[in-house]
Amino acid sequence: MQSVLQEIGINNYIYLSTILFCIGIFGVLFRRNAIIMFMSIEIMLNAVNLLLVVFSTYHQDAAGQVFVFFSMAVAAAEVAVGLAILVGIYRNIHSIDIDKLKNLKG
Amino acid sequence: MYTLIAIAVLGVLCLLAEIFNVRKAIVPVTIIGLLAILGLTATGLNDSADSYNNMIVSDNFSTPFSCLFILLTVFLIALTPSFHQKEVHKISDFVSIKLFLLTGAVAMVAFGNLAMFFLGIEILSISLYVLAASNRLSLKSNEAGMKYFLMGAFASGFILFGIALIYGAIGSFDMAVIQEAGTSADVEDWFYIGAILLSIGMLFKIAAAPFHFWAPDVYEGSPALTTALMSTLAKVVAMAAFFKLVSAMNVNLPDSSQTALMVISILSMTIGNIMALKQNNVKRMLAFSGISHAGFMLMTLLAVSTSAGILLYYASAYALAGIAAFSVLLYVTKDKDNEDIFNFNGLGKTNPLLAAILTGALLSMAGIPIFSGFFAKVFLFGQMLNAGHIILVIVAVVNSIISVGYYFKLILAMYTKEATEAAKPVPFVYTAVATVAIVLNIAIGLYPSFLLDLLV
Repeated sequence: MQSVLQEIGINNYIYLSTILFCIGIFGVLFRRNAIIMFMSIEIMLNAVNLLLVVFSTYHQDAAGQVFVFFSMAVAAAEVAVGLAILVGIYRNIHSIDIDKLKNLKG
Repeated sequence: MYTLIAIAVLGVLCLLAEIFNVRKAIVPVTIIGLLAILGLTATGLNDSADSYNNMIVSDNFSTPFSCLFILLTVFLIALTPSFHQKEVHKISDFVSIKLFLLTGAVAMVAFGNLAMFFLGIEILSISLYVLAASNRLSLKSNEAGMKYFLMGAFASGFILFGIALIYGAIGSFDMAVIQEAGTSADVEDWFYIGAILLSIGMLFKIAAAPFHFWAPDVYEGSPALTTALMSTLAKVVAMAAFFKLVSAMNVNLPDSSQTALMVISILSMTIGNIMALKQNNVKRMLAFSGISHAGFMLMTLLAVSTSAGILLYYASAYALAGIAAFSVLLYVTKDKDNEDIFNFNGLGKTNPLLAAILTGALLSMAGIPIFSGFFAKVFLFGQMLNAGHIILVIVAVVNSIISVGYYFKLILAMYTKEATEAAKPVPFVYTAVATVAIVLNIAIGLYPSFLLDLLV
């Protein structure tokens, strides 16, 4: 593993996960379908998981890979709650378009 | 460490109580249990210990803050049965979610490892998403839950990316190693980028400007008790965790970070106060007031090594006043579909005690003497003057004066306008919680050294 990492270079891994992270950010900011926004958040979290695994190999230290397990479990719990809220919204307004949620303003 | 385990066990017991059909016992047993845990934690005030390979550190920073969080949760749980009167069958859910939230809160100040910190902040946030959306038939609550979820998950992404970059630069998640690595050698650039991303994520959670835009909507839409929880407990927890992170990283952050913090603090105070002036909805107004108080609390980060005690004092004063104000708000807006200011008209005649308590709470937030909010501001400004941030103090004083404007709008409505409806019966716990909170607020105002000396 170490040799592959050396051959490709740690910087390229960081660039890749930064690009993935930015794709996630722009997805959350510009898409208006709630499911796609959830997907974008997952891309953000998975970009970080990739980065953690890369650094874990780079430092020859298992802590980073263990952290990935935590963050995957947390992401799963988070999306479960998010989908439950989304179901609640769908029951009330029969749509999952975020733009229709504009009752709170002032 | 035992604090954390005991609270989690109490939460599980709460869920079991529902299965064994002892619903009436849930709230009293939980409160007694929490008070016992509070006592046990308080006996360990001067000890410091670390457990599980430095995962959890209890020292003279984390223990006093844990005590404050437990106390606030006791108040919030005491308010739960009256607030959710119509949903008695869900009471165990509401109480146990609050207990799990408290475990997250304690983990967020007692962490010795970034993994623990991340788990703590996620436990806290996920519980809050559930609570914010807990009134599932109301579209407002759904919308608040959704907004809070999207913003919170977005911020968590930033925090996680920051943690990953810090790990990449240092090679460890351990706070002690991170602190040491910063003082000794020059670190990789990733460390600074990671620290910035981590700070942005935390500022989202604290709701400091310019990352505050979600707060008013979410506060307005959530059920009032959840709003009380967010504006007191959640805000104070996030602030304490941010303080701990900054004090660990402060050694190797450049001076420009001080300037950035100063700008954010000034922006939060000013935007929060000016926007609060034109609000008609009391929950929204308190949301903006919370943003401005976040600005005040962020000032402590400019003199990290000496101001932990002042942060604890300010946080206690603000949170106790918030609890008192919200318990009156819960009474006034009961069975109403809005929280507009005219609901408070004539409260001074129909219910003088609650009106006086709300007045006291608002005066404490505004910083009027004999209430502890005033002393909190005095100590904070004195500390900042010692550190040489004169401009910041001037802006802060001007902001305190502006804030009197909107707090008095509510007080005037209570005392000078005619009541629109007859007095409703007041649930006993609302009066009790509000009275205890405001008495504690005045008490720490009279004996400030009790809290200030805990953290030196």
